[in-house]
Amino acid sequence: MGLTLAEKILSNNLGSEVRPGDFAVFRTDLCLLQDGTGPLAVRQFRKIGFEKVFEPSAVVVFLDHAAPCPKSELANDHMLLREFARQTGCTLSDVGDGICHQVMSQYHTSPGDILIGADSHTVTGGALAAFSTGMGSTDLAVGMGLGKTWLRVPATIRVQCTGALQRGVYSKDLMLSIISQIGADGATYKALEFGGDTIESLTMASRLVLSNMAVEAGAKVGLIASDSLTEKYLEEHARTDQYKRIAPDDDASYESVLDIDSAALEPQVACPHTVDNVKPVGEVSGTRVHQVFIGSCTNGRLEDIAIAASIMREKTRHPDTRVIVTPASRRVYMEAVESGYVDTLLRAGALFMPPGCAACPGVHGGILGDGEVCLATTNRNFLGRMGNPKSHVYLSSPATAAASAVTGVITDPREVV
Amino acid sequence: MMRGKVWKFGDDVSTDLICPGRYYHLRSNLSELAKHALEDADPEFAANVEKGDFVVAGRNFGLGSSREHAPVIIKLAGAGAVLAESFARIFYRNCINVGLPAIECDTSKFEAGDEIDIDLAAGIIRDLTNGATVTFAPLEPAMQKILDDGGLVEHIKKHQGFSIA
Ligand code: SF4
Repeated sequence: MGLTLAEKILSNNLGSEVRPGDFAVFRTDLCLLQDGTGPLAVRQFRKIGFEKVFEPSAVVVFLDHAAPCPKSELANDHMLLREFARQTGCTLSDVGDGICHQVMSQYHTSPGDILIGADSHTVTGGALAAFSTGMGSTDLAVGMGLGKTWLRVPATIRVQCTGALQRGVYSKDLMLSIISQIGADGATYKALEFGGDTIESLTMASRLVLSNMAVEAGAKVGLIASDSLTEKYLEEHARTDQYKRIAPDDDASYESVLDIDSAALEPQVACPHTVDNVKPVGEVSGTRVHQVFIGSCTNGRLEDIAIAASIMREKTRHPDTRVIVTPASRRVYMEAVESGYVDTLLRAGALFMPPGCAACPGVHGGILGDGEVCLATTNRNFLGRMGNPKSHVYLSSPATAAASAVTGVITDPREVV
Repeated sequence: MMRGKVWKFGDDVSTDLICPGRYYHLRSNLSELAKHALEDADPEFAANVEKGDFVVAGRNFGLGSSREHAPVIIKLAGAGAVLAESFARIFYRNCINVGLPAIECDTSKFEAGDEIDIDLAAGIIRDLTNGATVTFAPLEPAMQKILDDGGLVEHIKKHQGFSIA
């Protein structure tokens, strides 16, 4: 019997074959900390008695969730992390550089890596065929100190996507549909593996959306085989030598296979307050929107900003709908400026936040008022997620978000593109 | 043997409900943060939970973010264990790492305010209020070992590395 992507990466790391259910201690190739979970990880690291990280170039510390800081307590946490980075020699990605998962994908994560991150959306790295998964601060403290972590090998659900997405339908719609079919806990303790011709023809930006949201179905990882497109992405980020072809075996054994007819898909919206509460856009169109948020590690990439700009070109936002755009990284921001998308969106009445998480985790930069509705391109709509438990968050693609920004109500982007 | 009162919660209690983002700035002040444990799921919990009480929930408890602060503040608030029909993966792992027992079992028989006792080693929970008995499967040996050592920090200190194979 052959191996799935997850089994293959873990077996390669260990140097011997592992199967679902096996427990083992693995080498960690990369560790990620961010400003919400990092301070605790650093304190646990010191409590264990570690002084050095196992490999400074393998540890990256991000100041992205509360960046720039809205409160002195958080500014002090930033000081702690900067000092830790300086002391251990690990890489610091400072305020304004971007969201951890985007920056990791651009400059650090490679096919075959085991990446552990003190952030649940670390699964994003699966789009680069890395076994990339979220954990808590103490796991990261140990990972940084020993270069090791324990894992139980997950069984794999293969998500087989066939056909081309229609005009106005994007990988976000595909993923929302997949999550609604699997359920918010349907893949708990398991690996998702995305494949099929739909996936092969998606851009890397679109693939990253799928892997990023794997955790919203409970999954440990959301993997995609590496291919020529992965190679091109690495090349564009000056990392040609880091390409490796990693694909599942033809006779890999899956716990189950979910077949998706991508061509039949319509734009989707996740409704409050769970990510699996998904409806076709037509069922919620007309819902009044007070804030549109285009950004996050899910949909804050150049491709997303370009779609929003194309929809809002020579239009203006609805006067009762504020529009916040947040590029996922400094590089994305610079490219969006060069391409004129920032100009287009500013003229349409959008405002820009610096690269980072901004409004997504409810810390600052776009907290909602009581009873207000936000249509966001992010990944979570839990009660209180965006800072106010009396508000309502809907999730959609950047196209649906931009179309709704113009009309002031949830709008099917196919009516405008 | 642990004994305490049941605090009942529903399905899909996210880490945002357990440890809201609006208290992000308290993450380096855990005793303050613990005053808001589970605030958006039950505003009464943190102020009224007694040492050794239990958080008892439905499916997919702890879904969402990796914030280890979520199980840490449940423990600091006084809870002796978390019982649920099922747990989200990262939350479960974090519970073990911080030394808070997380028990996967049928929680439908336990009502808010019931007095229950838990025999972790035997895998038996008895509801002293209504007489119900519920059994649960023991933890994976690797996780049990980390829990027995008092969490991952203590495990690593004691064994100078991992000792779970
Ligand atoms: S953008 Fe949102 S989901 Fe992504 S890392 Fe930041 S807070 Fe988490």
